[in-house]
Amino acid sequence: MKKSKFYLFTAIALSLALVLSACGAGSDKKSSSNGDSGSKNDQVLNMIETAEIPTGDPTLATDAASFSVFGQTLEGLYTLNDKDVPVPALAEGKPSISEDGKVYTFKIRKDAKWSNGDPVTAKDFVFSWRRAVDPKTGAQYAYMFQGVVKNANEIMNGKAKPDQLGVEAVDDNTLKVTLENAVPYLDSLLAFATFAPLNEKFVTEKGDKFGTNSDNMLSNGPFELKDWDGTGLTWKYVKNDNYYDKANVKIKEVNVQVAKTPNTAINLYNTGKTDITAALSAEYAKQYQNNKDALKMVESSSWYLKFNQVRNGKKTPLANENIRKGLAMAFDKKAYTDTILSNGSFPSNGLVPKGVHQLNGKDFRDASGDLLTTDKAKAKEYWEKGLKELGVKSLTLELLSDDTENAKKTSEFFQDQLQRSLPGLTLKLTNVPFKIRIQKQDKQDYEIQMAGWGADYLDSMTYLDLFVTNGGNNKTGYSNKKYDQLINDAKVKYGNDLEKRWETLLQAEKILVQEDAAIAPIYQRGHLKLIKPYVKGFEEHLFGPDYTLKNVTIEK
Amino acid sequence: MAKYISKRIVYLILTLFIISSFTFFLMKFLPGTPFRAEEKLSDEQKIILEEKYGLNDPIPVQYGRYMVNIVKGDLGVSFQFDNQPVTKLLINRMGPSLQLGFQAMFIGTIVGILLGVLAAMFQNTWIDYGSTFLAVLGKSIPSFVFAAVLQYIIGVKLQWLPVASWDSFASSIMPTIALAIFPIATAARFMRTELIEVLGSDYITLAKAKGNSKMEISFKHAVRNALIPLITVLGPMAVGLMTGSMVVEQIFAIPGIGEQFVKSIQTNDFPIIMGTTIFFAFLLTVIILIVDILYGIIDPRIRVAGGKK
Repeated sequence: MKKSKFYLFTAIALSLALVLSACGAGSDKKSSSNGDSGSKNDQVLNMIETAEIPTGDPTLATDAASFSVFGQTLEGLYTLNDKDVPVPALAEGKPSISEDGKVYTFKIRKDAKWSNGDPVTAKDFVFSWRRAVDPKTGAQYAYMFQGVVKNANEIMNGKAKPDQLGVEAVDDNTLKVTLENAVPYLDSLLAFATFAPLNEKFVTEKGDKFGTNSDNMLSNGPFELKDWDGTGLTWKYVKNDNYYDKANVKIKEVNVQVAKTPNTAINLYNTGKTDITAALSAEYAKQYQNNKDALKMVESSSWYLKFNQVRNGKKTPLANENIRKGLAMAFDKKAYTDTILSNGSFPSNGLVPKGVHQLNGKDFRDASGDLLTTDKAKAKEYWEKGLKELGVKSLTLELLSDDTENAKKTSEFFQDQLQRSLPGLTLKLTNVPFKIRIQKQDKQDYEIQMAGWGADYLDSMTYLDLFVTNGGNNKTGYSNKKYDQLINDAKVKYGNDLEKRWETLLQAEKILVQEDAAIAPIYQRGHLKLIKPYVKGFEEHLFGPDYTLKNVTIEK
Repeated sequence: MAKYISKRIVYLILTLFIISSFTFFLMKFLPGTPFRAEEKLSDEQKIILEEKYGLNDPIPVQYGRYMVNIVKGDLGVSFQFDNQPVTKLLINRMGPSLQLGFQAMFIGTIVGILLGVLAAMFQNTWIDYGSTFLAVLGKSIPSFVFAAVLQYIIGVKLQWLPVASWDSFASSIMPTIALAIFPIATAARFMRTELIEVLGSDYITLAKAKGNSKMEISFKHAVRNALIPLITVLGPMAVGLMTGSMVVEQIFAIPGIGEQFVKSIQTNDFPIIMGTTIFFAFLLTVIILIVDILYGIIDPRIRVAGGKK
């Protein structure tokens, strides 16, 4: 009896093992052509992403991974070209604009179609935009409409109905948009996925399932999303036969694999399983910076030290201008970008990054110039003057930052640089998870913080607007009436006078950074990825989707 | 037995209730909101969103609603993956983790027991030292180090198996080996120690006196008795393996639950945190029950139902 039970146990264990191995083999059905570039003229691209797609619904999207998908599958009125200039996409040529710059009338291409064959009409935009600003939808990026499209604020605060939004379908091919004020950067917003059209019939039919997997999505762009189960680590882009410009799309298929560790991405790259890696982390970027396949790209992300002047209702030592200036000039930005980051990031001497705002061919950063540069001797002078004004001989300050390896390394770098340059300074480091940093920022419970901001649209206003008195993201206690006035003038008075607006914004940045040293600019972020030399036409962007694949060709 | 199992099921439900309640309240201490664009949202928008997701209700109301929904089998929808039901996410992500866990457990136990038996039978010989060396190595080197080494040697250099991906049985081999190292080491150590003790007991001496061979004695009499303590440790270890190893999953790009669970905590994805915790707790309690039943099968002297005198 005993013996039989023992054998029974062994038999159960063995059969379980067999079933399991069978299960494993059975899960083969999802087999993709990942890593199998096939014959030479296949026009199949394999690439890596670092995160899953959180949503296939462009109205709900908030993150780079989702926007990358929409960059391939959706087109709005405008799209970004290879130089990040918004160019008409579904809009047929340029719109007609009213004299006060507040009413835009767009003609929509007649040959634009959804991947199910339906035409793309003006009504699709009206539906999409109203859905975005409707508080019931819970669209976190609806703020992009605020202060731009008429009545968006009122609707989002529940004081008006979504159908009161300043957007109207005059007929199937004519879209009229009414703005709150003249908005010079409107075309860049219109290239952003939150402003893309949605097929009302399809979205309504799918209900809550809309955008939850590739079967519940429609495309009107160069590619369709396929084989995405909603949470998985692989998906495909397949050329969209209903796309109006399909003749210019050479790539037939793109296989995407999520690899979260850079080491895995590099191993996949080195064994030819992928043609492009995602951005490499600092240590790998350093290792590969001189590799022939390295591609260094600039981002629109500006990083700076944020000085909190008021904590718990009391002034901090950072309320002293000389102390701020001393800190802001005391560290070597180039040493930081070259030795700690080595990924294409470069020192910045202003808040607005290079590339996001141009006028008459001139870049805002170049026009504004170097507002706060490293000068350790001057830094010491300011610092000592500040200490005297405060009546102290030494100061202990806290530097708040994230708790990632790189953030910790960065904090230590700044501790070393600042303590060396500024006698009497003790810099205490606080490294906390991102959520806690944001919570401390919201409560203004910090002294110095390592902070960054990425462009919400292509204009210097997306950065300069952050530091107006009591601005939602200011959280530093910084307040300067003249600065507030300049920002307000640029928004309201000069929306239609681009030259004056430009001058006003330049003046504002000068006050914020150079005169007041409210923040200390450090660097503009860049990244490094590896790309096979036979991949041509891969375009990266400063804003919106990280890249577009429409013009990619494989030339082996 | 039936009475014992039904009693255990009642305890299981009670345990799950306590764990989910405890997790629910702990979760409320997490800083921040589950909204991804948190930095860019105005206070009004945060209020609107909290209202939409019922996060501004008093905590007891939220708790009550959550418990009622669980009973109905509704674990809610994720915040990280918009509108994705947590149950669907658990099912999609659990599959690979369970498969790898089972495979690693199976290989780990078989190989571990064999190594342990060999070490005990050939005590103080090179086989014993070799097995001990392997066990120490397996216990002291973390699985992700093995994973990275395996990936580099077998995936990149030899190109025998896929570097990373989850699309064929072949892609499960390296992660299984990386995960199996620890159970192999544990099983081998346990088996060796227990078996040496058992082999020294009176009934083995009797078996030897009867003229049975060494192999016969070991496998027929000794191994079975030595298995009991091993099963005790293997239960929780199985859960650990099946609930996914975050790092191994990341290294091999496996769409498993381990990494997802950690991410849900970082992003305050309350429904996923709750769903996963409840599922893990369920798995653990069920496995403990199975272990208890197995005791009775392996050694009938252990009466699970509490024997009558």
